Amino acid sequence: MTAIPLLDIRDLTVEFATRRGPVRAVRQVDVTVGKGETVGIVGESGSGKSVTSYAVMRILDRAGRIAGGEVSFSGIDLRAAGERQMRDLRGREISMIFQNPRAALNPIRKVGHQIEDVLRQHAEAGSGDAKAKAVAALEQVKIARAAERYHAYPFELSGGMCQRVVIALALACRPQLLIADEPTTGLDVTTQKAVMDLVTSLTRERGMATVLITHDLGLAATYCDRIAVMEQGRVVETAPAATIFRTPAHVYTRKLVQATPRPGVSLRDLLPDGAPTAAAGRAEGAGAPLLAVSGLVKEYPRAKVGLTRPRAAEAPFRAVDSLSLSVDRGESVGLVGESGCGKSTTSTMVMRLLDPTGGSIVFAGEEIGGVPAARFARHPLRPRIQMVFQDPTESLNPRWTAARAIADPLLRFRTVRGTDAIRARCEELARLVGLPVDLLDRFPHQLSGGQKARVGIARAIAPSPDLVILDEPTAALDVSVQAVVLNLLADLKQALGMSYLFVSHDLQVVRMLCDRVIVMQAGRIVEEGPTAAVLEAPRADYTRALLAAIPHPPV
Amino acid sequence: MSATGTPALAADRPRTGVSATLAHAVSVVAGNPVTGFAFALLVGLVACAVLGPSLVPYDPLASDTAAALQAPTLAHPFGTDQLGRDILSRVVVAARLDLAIAVFSVALVFVAGGLAGIMAGFFCGWTDRIVGRLADTIMAFPLFVLAMGIVAALGNTVGNIVLATAIINFPLYARLARAEAAQRRNAGFVLAARLTGNTDLRIVLTGILPNILPIMMVQMSLTMGYAILNAAGLSFIGLGVRPPTPEWGIMVAEGAGFIVSGEWWIALFPGLALMLAVFCFNLIGDGLRDIVDPQRRT
Repeated sequence: MTAIPLLDIRDLTVEFATRRGPVRAVRQVDVTVGKGETVGIVGESGSGKSVTSYAVMRILDRAGRIAGGEVSFSGIDLRAAGERQMRDLRGREISMIFQNPRAALNPIRKVGHQIEDVLRQHAEAGSGDAKAKAVAALEQVKIARAAERYHAYPFELSGGMCQRVVIALALACRPQLLIADEPTTGLDVTTQKAVMDLVTSLTRERGMATVLITHDLGLAATYCDRIAVMEQGRVVETAPAATIFRTPAHVYTRKLVQATPRPGVSLRDLLPDGAPTAAAGRAEGAGAPLLAVSGLVKEYPRAKVGLTRPRAAEAPFRAVDSLSLSVDRGESVGLVGESGCGKSTTSTMVMRLLDPTGGSIVFAGEEIGGVPAARFARHPLRPRIQMVFQDPTESLNPRWTAARAIADPLLRFRTVRGTDAIRARCEELARLVGLPVDLLDRFPHQLSGGQKARVGIARAIAPSPDLVILDEPTAALDVSVQAVVLNLLADLKQALGMSYLFVSHDLQVVRMLCDRVIVMQAGRIVEEGPTAAVLEAPRADYTRALLAAIPHPPV
Repeated sequence: MSATGTPALAADRPRTGVSATLAHAVSVVAGNPVTGFAFALLVGLVACAVLGPSLVPYDPLASDTAAALQAPTLAHPFGTDQLGRDILSRVVVAARLDLAIAVFSVALVFVAGGLAGIMAGFFCGWTDRIVGRLADTIMAFPLFVLAMGIVAALGNTVGNIVLATAIINFPLYARLARAEAAQRRNAGFVLAARLTGNTDLRIVLTGILPNILPIMMVQMSLTMGYAILNAAGLSFIGLGVRPPTPEWGIMVAEGAGFIVSGEWWIALFPGLALMLAVFCFNLIGDGLRDIVDPQRRT
């Protein structure tokens, strides 16, 4: 750290005016960033980490205001700076990259032109050399065939590619400070590694300082020099990244470290009080598997280009390509792959919400692949295959109370009759998933993320299914909530003897919950086997790449 | 944030359902006095429509040639028309007919257009094509001319004005409902409803419709003003309601000829009533939008 820090935040307090009076989102936060330093701000949702960065950039929304403290950037008082001065600083001195790269780009302008706009705005380029400089900027973020991609529109580029363009935009004017707000959330793990490696190498090359805002302690510890941990608007601990996993000082940091899935840690270790491990031994599949999928194929016709019809010779796109898998009774199988590999298509077909193009799905000895998805709602096997969705908020009808949502399968399948009996069963299910019974009459917007996840799980297990498909059930949850929900899922499986098909991109999570893992790439299975064997000694190159891309914090 | 209930939530238990919506509505109205004014105006209009005939000082149809074309006085605050009828009484009594036309036409188009749009958005495919092209066809005509054509072809009755007003508003409702339903057709809770054995019809009724309703309510309030204007417009050009029935459009039409000779009050007061009614519904639409907008809930 240098004597005078580049960015100095002292006693920063940010308030939001709400109907119930002012709410303090950030309380007396102190963060300093030296020249060339990378500082991570880590916290769970609602901890005020993004608001802190917005306050630095002075882009708080209308209801928010800086209520106290000082923010200075290389000697300039940012609180007192006029809007004109701030506009000049933003982009040229301080740049920011946001979570959703596609939303940060103008969808109807070529990416090259968008970079030119920034260069011209800050008088870094004239009309003569703008194009050359824009192409150079694209090359710097390691976009292959930059001259060609200069003419691409954002929708023609992948998510990782878009984030690189956003980084090129942010770095175009050689700022001294880069604020990256969850820059890799929503990107695949291999893309995350590529983007983070790029940011680190570029900032090191240019001697830039970086503030990395993330919910992922592992990611921050891997890429940052120092980490500030935030909880409920306060910085509870600031420590060098190298030691934070080894010797977390604050209670909250300890909890966060503990809840972060990492190698060599079992599901129970994620919980603060180290609950006793449930008896391991899985129920061995006696005889035929519960679910047997063979030769499953899903094809989509290629999109028409321009006015011409697709040529007959052009083969349709195969999202899932002759895939076979099986799930035994009482077994948990992980289906792992990056976005677009066909894992969600596969699970949707097994779920019978989508009709396969070919292949068979045999469930409990009965061929169900041939039953049209539209008619499966009335099929006698419907209650026995259920699903827990990725986004707990979106998967609940906003107009239904928790009790109504949980009761829906009971009402439809007529397993329980009578208002009192249904209510009793709802309460029993709520207790089973650890949802306080007095929350049953609340609407989804009155519940926290973890509570909504519990409602979703209770709804899925209500008809006593044999197979539950878990579609990234914890992807939208904070890491401490994730730890609780994963343990809950393991307990429920033990108690109710269900089988899980766990769809995820997170190998660490799969390792803890699944007996067997299937790795998918481009619609095909590239590797399959017992979880420990696959993760310890991967045979396929792709599995190795996936494992290498997981952030490896210094432990 | 703990998984079992944040302390903040436990301490300050959110009110549920109706009372929460009501509290929210009250705070929106308090934060925006214009909305409060619009709701007061609405109460006045509805009172006129319901109690009109028993409130007014004169029989709206009784002519008195001795008192024809009198400027506003204490006895006739809005003056009298060419047949000596009291304009105040006629303006107040006309509220019932004009509001009734608006309410029934909006209710009709809400049911027909809303359901067609939801089906189109939810089922896509052929349903979507048929509803979409039907809406396009209606939009291809100048809407007021289309309404004129419908009333002229079907006959000059109040029922046909209602029908014509509903038909020209059909595309607005169908398209709005289609867009909102299409946005939700693959939402997690719809998939979840499929998994729990719900039929498509039940999903539409319990999952899609209730979630679209608030947006449709805003649209209804906004088109209500438009429907009043449309009905009055049709009457103004001599289609629809016929004299001597008190109706704002006809009264403006009758008074229009007298403006040049200086009797401005005959057209002015029904015109003002018309303006206030339309203004009121548009303001309420804006207010409703604030009430149902989730971003305004803090």
